[in-house]
Amino acid sequence: MGEQRITLNVNGRDYDISIEPDMVLADVLREKLDLTGTKVSCREGECGACTILMDGKACLSCLTLAVQAQGKKIVTIEGLAEKGQLHPIQKAFINHGAIQCGYCTPGMIMSAKALLDENPNPTPDEVKTALSGNLCRCTGYVKIVDAVMAAADDMKRGENK
Amino acid sequence: MSAMFKLVGKPAPRHDAWAKAKGDQLYSDDFTMPGMLYGKALRSKYPAAIIKSIDTSKAKALPGVHAVLTAKDVPMNVEISKFGQMKDVGGGFEGLYKVLADGKVRFKGEAIALVAAETEELAEEACRLIEVDYEVQPGVFDPEEALKPGAYIVSSDEGENESNLIMESHINKGDVEKAFAEADVIVENEYRVPPVDHAYLETEGGVAWVDDNGVITMRVGTQVLEHYRTIAKVMGLPQNKVRNMSVPMGGGFGGKEDITVETFLCLLANATKRPVKMVWSREESLEVHSKRHPEILRYKTAATKDGKITAQKVEIIMDGGGYKLLTGWVQMYSTVNAPGCYNIPNVKVDSYSALTNNTPSSANRGFGCCQANFASELQMDELAAKLGMSPLEIRLKNCLRNGDEICTGFIPQGHIALEEIAKKAWEGLEATGPKPDYVDGKKIGRGLAIGMMSYGRLTFMHDSSRVGLRIELDGSVTLRAGVPDLGGGQASVLCQIVAEELGIPMEKVHPYIMDTHLTPLCGTTTATRQLYMSGNAALVTVKVLKERIIKKAAEMLDAKPEEVQLINEKACLINNPLKSVPFVQVVGALSNDGVELFHEGQFNAPFTDVPNLHDMKGRIWPDFTYSAHAVEVAVDEETGKFEVRKVVLCYDVGKAINKNSCEGQLEGGCVYNQGYVTENMGWENGITKARSFAEYLIPTAVDAPEIETIMVESGGGLGPYGAKGVGEPADNSIAPAIVNAIYDAVGVRLKEMPVTPEKLLKAIQEKNK
Repeated sequence: MGEQRITLNVNGRDYDISIEPDMVLADVLREKLDLTGTKVSCREGECGACTILMDGKACLSCLTLAVQAQGKKIVTIEGLAEKGQLHPIQKAFINHGAIQCGYCTPGMIMSAKALLDENPNPTPDEVKTALSGNLCRCTGYVKIVDAVMAAADDMKRGENK
Repeated sequence: MSAMFKLVGKPAPRHDAWAKAKGDQLYSDDFTMPGMLYGKALRSKYPAAIIKSIDTSKAKALPGVHAVLTAKDVPMNVEISKFGQMKDVGGGFEGLYKVLADGKVRFKGEAIALVAAETEELAEEACRLIEVDYEVQPGVFDPEEALKPGAYIVSSDEGENESNLIMESHINKGDVEKAFAEADVIVENEYRVPPVDHAYLETEGGVAWVDDNGVITMRVGTQVLEHYRTIAKVMGLPQNKVRNMSVPMGGGFGGKEDITVETFLCLLANATKRPVKMVWSREESLEVHSKRHPEILRYKTAATKDGKITAQKVEIIMDGGGYKLLTGWVQMYSTVNAPGCYNIPNVKVDSYSALTNNTPSSANRGFGCCQANFASELQMDELAAKLGMSPLEIRLKNCLRNGDEICTGFIPQGHIALEEIAKKAWEGLEATGPKPDYVDGKKIGRGLAIGMMSYGRLTFMHDSSRVGLRIELDGSVTLRAGVPDLGGGQASVLCQIVAEELGIPMEKVHPYIMDTHLTPLCGTTTATRQLYMSGNAALVTVKVLKERIIKKAAEMLDAKPEEVQLINEKACLINNPLKSVPFVQVVGALSNDGVELFHEGQFNAPFTDVPNLHDMKGRIWPDFTYSAHAVEVAVDEETGKFEVRKVVLCYDVGKAINKNSCEGQLEGGCVYNQGYVTENMGWENGITKARSFAEYLIPTAVDAPEIETIMVESGGGLGPYGAKGVGEPADNSIAPAIVNAIYDAVGVRLKEMPVTPEKLLKAIQEKNK
């Protein structure tokens, strides 16, 4: 198969790259753009580790062809901090002990971001439902849910300043 | 005492939390090197077969393929492995490690050949071109069948080809037969527990290359750095020519305790003199890496009519799968824990493990203990039901207390809080309100189970750990430790201990971890041993440096050493904190004096001899951690589906050095053990049916219950500051509490996991007939 040139907008920057047309977005991010924060764990959309944002919506990058991502705004875990300041969800994950091995963390944080952007006042049950596609084998999810609830509070306070 | 702590006991973020939150943390699969090739393993199509011949010529001829290796290319393909241990323990506890299959294939998915090629696709293509001539064998898939005379023999290797028996072990305490003759009640049951996959999010993988000094070097996440010794041996190299610059794991749970990709990578890198990467697919990981031992456990319990247990007789049959691996060790845990966490005067345990043609069994969080705990805690409720006692009552009547001996006659030194934690867990659940009969049309039930599990290695392994420290001239500290970090915060807690002792902020201690050539070896991240072993090693080490600092500071403050403390980056007088000298100035003064500002210290666990396996007696582990879980479930009587609504868990953790990490282990272990009830590998005659996360269903955020965590801190552990280990004990006593709660709801107790809706519905229907 011949390579194809595409342009991807990732974390606010345009990348002109040459890829095999059957490459999935997760592999392009990791191998072509060196953005290895996005993790691949099952390659079939069951675990959520590869979750990124595409035009603001949570998207499984292991099931998405990179060519389909052209013209969209892609945000990965590396693009979440602004001007060196961690996003409130990242801070909450750190402070609430929501990170153990860390392999699910990037995908988990991106799913949480998609949720809070759409629903700034979720209940714990809504958080659980929004994260139910992101598997974690370490934490039992307790501190992850706590962190997302705390981040929601923090983000509201930030807006009211 | 606790008021004195600045850092210990606090929920301190770990040193690596920022990198992990930002996606900056690198794992085994995140390394790419110039000229890197991709490695693949050709795996057996059959669980039992004889390899008659292997033809690799077509694969080798494929352009872009740089190496195709089979058993004959491995300098020492078969090695008797000590599994990373330093002590020669002997026969039963060492196992055959075979790199690539020859003679008999022993399980489906066993590696037969290795390929390195320029792309992953080419490597896969080359594997397809390797022609293996198999003579398919009947195989044996049931451990009891495997132990019968005339059974199919799994192994063709010397020393294993006489019978499939791996090990037998026995406990004889008192006189069980006399106790049965005199008993008021006797309860007899058989329990069966299934294999479990670790289902870490990160599959096995890594990179290897030959460095410019000819050292075979790899970056592979592993729970056992010390495997470099075995890898050197099978490659015919000296141990100082194989190096693992290891990386944090994306989960371990025992699944990265045996060698995974390391030897394959090193062989391919050595053969091609190019960097090689190998990462197992999820399907490969589910099919080929070792699982938790499936076991059959037969119980016969005698008791008086007022509920005092007088005898416990247990027979255990363990399925070791195609290779022995750590079966002998796991068997120690199942055997000694079989009677449960109870004071029972007469005990007989007979346990047997067998090779079969199933996927090998080995370490999985809980390590033989959670199997025995499941069975013994169901048996307790069966007894309670027969006697008309409550689950709490029967446990309080019989549980171990301080000064009691376990079934081997050993009296634990650490505090035994079973009575307190059983009450706290059960009362905690009751405090959530009276149990409703139904919620949303589902029947509600509550259950209780308690447990014990060791922390620290089997004492006859003669375990030790080392930590190195260097105080830099700016007052920061470099900590070097070969401590594999699988996500439990194994490295971070060492920094916390050192910072506490030196009176400096945690961020001033930077850890360099997990490099076999450069970091003192801490031993394995297994057996819930790192906080206990390496925490104590860190404490031993930092105290040597602390003494030097305090001595110098006392000179500078014109005081006696016992009058000086280290706090807030100062050395000051205990009785007059205003009289102080900055930490960094003391360090400078020591440097000027030529005093060593570095130290490497070692901590040794208690050592014992290997027990007589026909009559096990005495100390087997350093100490135990005790658990209690009270659970509420809701059962749909129409469908057999159930959900776990609430869990109140209570542990005596000794001392929670990092509160968040400690709670995180307990909560994570709770949901891991919840999964034990329902996860289903779907084994059938050596074939794994669950080959993806769509089929192997682990609990999601929605499945996980509401968890209330109660930590008791008795200070009665053997770890630093009286801490106990919690990593594996956290994965205990939830599954039986769930099954006991289902019984409370609908009056049926399934004695075999997984508990599927079909099985539960059938049992409910049969009961209602």
